[in-house]
Amino acid sequence: MYTQALNERIDGPRVVEDPEKLAAFQARIDAEEKIEPNDWMPEAYRRTLVRQISQHAHSEVVGMLPEGNWLTRAPTLKRKAALLAKIQDEGGHGLYLYAAAETLGVSREELYEQLLSGKAKYSSIFNYPTLTWADIGCIGWLVDGAAIMNQIPLCRTSYGPYARAMIRICKEESFHQRQGYEIMLALCRGTPEQKAMAQDALNRWWWPALMMFGPPDSESVHTEQSMRWKIKRFTNDELRQKFVDATVPQAHYLGLTIPDPELRYDEATGHWRYGPIDWDEFKRVIAGFGPCNRERLAARRKAHEEGRWVREAAIAHAEKRRMRERAQRLAAE
Amino acid sequence: MAEQPMPLWEVFVRARTGLAHRHVGSVHAPDAEMALQAARDTYTRRGEAISIWVVPSSAITASDPADKDSLFEPTASKIYRHPSFYEIPEEVGHM
Ligand SMILES: [Fe+2]
Ligand SMILES: [Fe+2]
Repeated sequence: MYTQALNERIDGPRVVEDPEKLAAFQARIDAEEKIEPNDWMPEAYRRTLVRQISQHAHSEVVGMLPEGNWLTRAPTLKRKAALLAKIQDEGGHGLYLYAAAETLGVSREELYEQLLSGKAKYSSIFNYPTLTWADIGCIGWLVDGAAIMNQIPLCRTSYGPYARAMIRICKEESFHQRQGYEIMLALCRGTPEQKAMAQDALNRWWWPALMMFGPPDSESVHTEQSMRWKIKRFTNDELRQKFVDATVPQAHYLGLTIPDPELRYDEATGHWRYGPIDWDEFKRVIAGFGPCNRERLAARRKAHEEGRWVREAAIAHAEKRRMRERAQRLAAE
Repeated sequence: MAEQPMPLWEVFVRARTGLAHRHVGSVHAPDAEMALQAARDTYTRRGEAISIWVVPSSAITASDPADKDSLFEPTASKIYRHPSFYEIPEEVGHM
């Protein structure tokens, strides 16, 4: 999911690569060979991956916050257990992805630092608030639905550890989307007030969900290179269209209206055509000025700081035990 | 103060009896016991395992991809190591 900021320039000193090595690398990619951690790779490939994978990991971790907001107020024990399991999965997704990024020579501590300092980006979608229980339905249905669209092609991405992490993640995502849609179904089959709540949530989440696929292809700086390296397999607009085509009939089944007056079915191509996306809003949210950016980072920082003594104590305890065992061994000899 | 890096462990799980443990990923943890717990939470939330191994990543020695040819190429020329190299008359039957 969440490869939005790929479109920014990758920083760091320019590296002049050996053209022979570059050609051999591209030949491996073209032959659909996976690149593994210790293989030679161009510096720009490595940096692109570190950025994309870590941004994806941060998104999974920050993504736990808007849903966590409703854990204690889930309407039934069943819904609460399901939501808890889903959120735990998202934490797991973050961990698989951090581990994949670390194989590229960046440490977990550095990655956390990049997130907590605000230097690293995460998906814009998690900077929107979850105002009602229907928002939890919309997140599962739309946000996880968009994530699935994005993540399935990433299972075939050229970097081995990333592809393997994505395969694990994709196996778990389907439950997330189904539990969200089921929440929407229950609301839409409920009282008029419940159905209105579902419609209100869709009105608020629809456009941010479309923005999850990142800027339009015409403005995507790195799409071409990422496609050549087979990090990406589809462009932002291609994935967005697939998502719209899959989602509109699901909304109709619920009896809900997509909040887009220009939405229409194009008989000739079989695609649902959507109206213009407010890219200014997208840029504002990515730049840090969405409704919840501050709150999300503050919550992550607080959790990290408050857990510090636990991490330190655990390391100190492990060290003490190692020393004690060594002393006992020496005494026995 | 910069945070002390948490040690890295490689995780292997056995999915069913009769199968070998297979590498599934890694976790950070201060000691083996906590690494096992973290591995359980991270990699086995849906009955993926009946057994887990955790190994300090630093304990693994890996071959260098640059040595791939000198290490593994020689086996390609030793076709006499494969059963198909030997011709047995059909009358002898399956062997
Ligand atoms: Fe996820
Ligand atoms: Fe998910």
